[in-house]
Amino acid sequence: MPFTKKAQKFNAAIQTVEIGTGDNKITLGGENVFPFYTFDAPIENAPKIGIEVSDMGLENEPACMKEFYAGCETVVDIAKKAATVEGADFVCLRLEGGDPNGVNKSTEELVELVKQVADAVDKPLVVEGSKNVEKDAELLAKVAEATQGKNVLLLAAREENYKNVGAAAGLAYDQVVGAESAVDINLAKQLNVLLTQLGVKPERICMNVGAAAAGYGFEYVVSTMDRVKAAALAQGDAMLQMPIVTPVGDEVWNVKEAAASEEDVPEWGPAEDRGIDMEVETAAACLASGSNAVILKHPVSIATISKMIKELI
Amino acid sequence: MALKGLDIFKLTPKKNCKECGCPTCMAFSMKVASGAMKIEQCPHMSEDAIASLSEATAPPMKTIKVGAGDAEQTLGGETVLYRHEKTYVSKTRYAVSVCSCMEDAKIDEILAAIPAVDYVRIGERMYVEFVSISYGESAGVDKYVEVVKKAAALGRTLILNVKDEAAAKAALDACKDAKPILNGADASNFEAMSKLASEAGVVLGVTGSSIDELYDTVAKIEKLGNKNLVLDVGTSSIKDAFATAVQMRRAALKDQDRTFGYPSLVNVGVLASGDSHLQAALASLFTLKYGSIIVMEGMSYAQALPLYGLRQNVFTDPQKPMKVEPGVYPINGGDENSICLTTVDFALTYFVVSGELERSGVPCNLLISDAGGLSVLTAWAAGKLSSTSIAKFIQEEGIEDKIKNRTLVLPGKVAVLKGDVEAKLPGWDVIVGPTEAVQLVKFLKDMQ
Ligand code: B12
Ligand code: SF4
Repeated sequence: MPFTKKAQKFNAAIQTVEIGTGDNKITLGGENVFPFYTFDAPIENAPKIGIEVSDMGLENEPACMKEFYAGCETVVDIAKKAATVEGADFVCLRLEGGDPNGVNKSTEELVELVKQVADAVDKPLVVEGSKNVEKDAELLAKVAEATQGKNVLLLAAREENYKNVGAAAGLAYDQVVGAESAVDINLAKQLNVLLTQLGVKPERICMNVGAAAAGYGFEYVVSTMDRVKAAALAQGDAMLQMPIVTPVGDEVWNVKEAAASEEDVPEWGPAEDRGIDMEVETAAACLASGSNAVILKHPVSIATISKMIKELI
Repeated sequence: MALKGLDIFKLTPKKNCKECGCPTCMAFSMKVASGAMKIEQCPHMSEDAIASLSEATAPPMKTIKVGAGDAEQTLGGETVLYRHEKTYVSKTRYAVSVCSCMEDAKIDEILAAIPAVDYVRIGERMYVEFVSISYGESAGVDKYVEVVKKAAALGRTLILNVKDEAAAKAALDACKDAKPILNGADASNFEAMSKLASEAGVVLGVTGSSIDELYDTVAKIEKLGNKNLVLDVGTSSIKDAFATAVQMRRAALKDQDRTFGYPSLVNVGVLASGDSHLQAALASLFTLKYGSIIVMEGMSYAQALPLYGLRQNVFTDPQKPMKVEPGVYPINGGDENSICLTTVDFALTYFVVSGELERSGVPCNLLISDAGGLSVLTAWAAGKLSSTSIAKFIQEEGIEDKIKNRTLVLPGKVAVLKGDVEAKLPGWDVIVGPTEAVQLVKFLKDMQ
């Protein structure tokens, strides 16, 4: 008696969004099934992996990353090396130094850096702001202007600054707008509605619906993504059909499991392995719940997740 | 439930005697159909009716018990595919595998490493619950039994990964009282294996070369009267294993196909042999997507810490926030002269922060204000952690009378509150702490 398969293929699909230009451009989304459910219908665009670099260079990075990028003198060098990491489909430059409550680098300085990095790397570029909503309103708008024609994804427009970021990135300079909300399906939808009302086309929007490290409130991430995908596919909700991009690296390397020193917890073993496993387990869980792209730090994590994706698609 | 109220009604005695507590037999039938009552609650039901109904009204996925005594574990019994619909019932369990084909030194090394990962996270013990022992044919039956006995000494529930009847029998003789899983039935040997498992009173693991073959074999074993099963999703490829795990669970819960209504077993140790990071990634994937038992080549702390944390997150009740009582928590013998730190009443935050404070060895007082059970940033964003809430807590709880020390450390993630807290708490020295609790040990030591 064979098993009667009941495929769960939907009439609706996740919106496709392209990032980058030319031969190296990537396409996110397009699937009409749940994450990795290739037994229901083929998934044309496999989830993608980004590699994260910071405007602060290696200053705030864990020891293993300092080692990996040893010899790189500038952020541009680091970005160039990152772009060659096997399995990395795009480069994500974080402008954490722009935070007014932190180093508070000027917009001009950061925009100059973005330009240099954009010229130096041949992979699609994602630029993440300082996470300060006021600063990002200005900073990301200027970044959008400076990288016009490169089809960059800007992370992120939030409820507080979507008008500035959305108008500059999505309308004036035709880049891709990242819409960031806090682990809640209604907030995610609301922001997409606002952005489209502003005139941004749905196929120019990706969402970050929130992330956490595994073990740190991650159940909300799972449920938010599960519900977003169900609404997008089963109910055909066009305002939730944007692909999901999840920055994982900046969530996981600071938590205790990854960051505690070997002197403090000798029984836990090498810190590098702990960081990698925290990163791959969190990334795998994000992908299983619906991320169309994850952004990671460590080359081994990237190789591992890249292999997992290849095996599953 | 597959059965409708009307189908059940046809089988009731239609006496409307109310002994079941329902006004009519029809009302009773509706309750049974919705799962609110059990068919046995009508004293007048004929045995034939009960038998034909209990099958149809059984839960879509069986609850299977394995292991004996302290090591007993419950698998399966799930009712939903997504945790936001209802709390999951049985958390994923993890196993480490050895093979009798390995050299003794290797086997000893793997077994010795198993108890090393054993810790408590927010009240839950985290450890490797199962040991899987594969049969290496060339090493022979005696060696297999010897390894099984060695593994049994760890006190974890065993999975006997063996398709050879003689080896399975010998191993069961050595350990059946501890209720292991006999993972060895397939299309070629299921009759003999099912008989062995039933005689020994243990759960049988079933596998197939394809999902169709697995389905067919399970149906045949059920016909033999054995419904004490665990289904192995196989190791032909990661893609197939995932497809089988998802389709089995979906068939059982969404399409009421009870043939697949059993817990699953996924051997990521074989699927990603030799690659500990890929095993970690797959263990995480299958924890979310329907692995009841996940077998790995080993379990290091690096793999375990995020994995058990993820499991703890995902298997909690979505309706019930985990909170601790607001108040003053002295740590390391903190007294009225000890430094104060403040945080929120979210259980996870309390657990992480208090753990680090204990580790620092520095006597201190942790002041926990009512933040609705939310994390630091969530509470701040929701307006439940503010300069006002902190100041109010300190003043209204009479903390200034209880504690003489006037140093207050804020969580680094809400550094923006510093100025306002200072303004509202005259006389206090307000210091911004680190953003992550793990940095607290160094921070406190440096302060001293
Ligand atoms: C899970 C989650 C939720 C859950 C809440 C679960 C809970 N019980 O808190 C839900 C879905 C309900 C939720 C809701 C909201 N959330 Co929320 N949520 C998260 C998420 C994903 C994880 C939070 C978590 O559990 N962290 C783990 C705990 C342990 O962290 P923690 O408390 O901060 O503790 C750490 C440190 O602060 C430190 N620490 C703690 N105490 C102390 C004390 C001292 C002295 C020191 C030195 C250190 C220290 O140690 C801990 C470990 O290092 C985060 C994103 C993220 N990755 O952090 C967003 C996040 C916190 N949420 C956010 C927001 C905006 C909200 C909402 C306001 C959204 C909305 N508009 O409705 C709501 C508010 C809730 C409400 N109105 O009831 C934002 C906050 C933005 C900001 N920077 O202000 C975040 C950062 C997401 C984002 N990127 O936008 N959220
Ligand atoms: S006890 Fe049985 S017979 Fe009596 S009312 Fe209830 S269902 Fe009907």
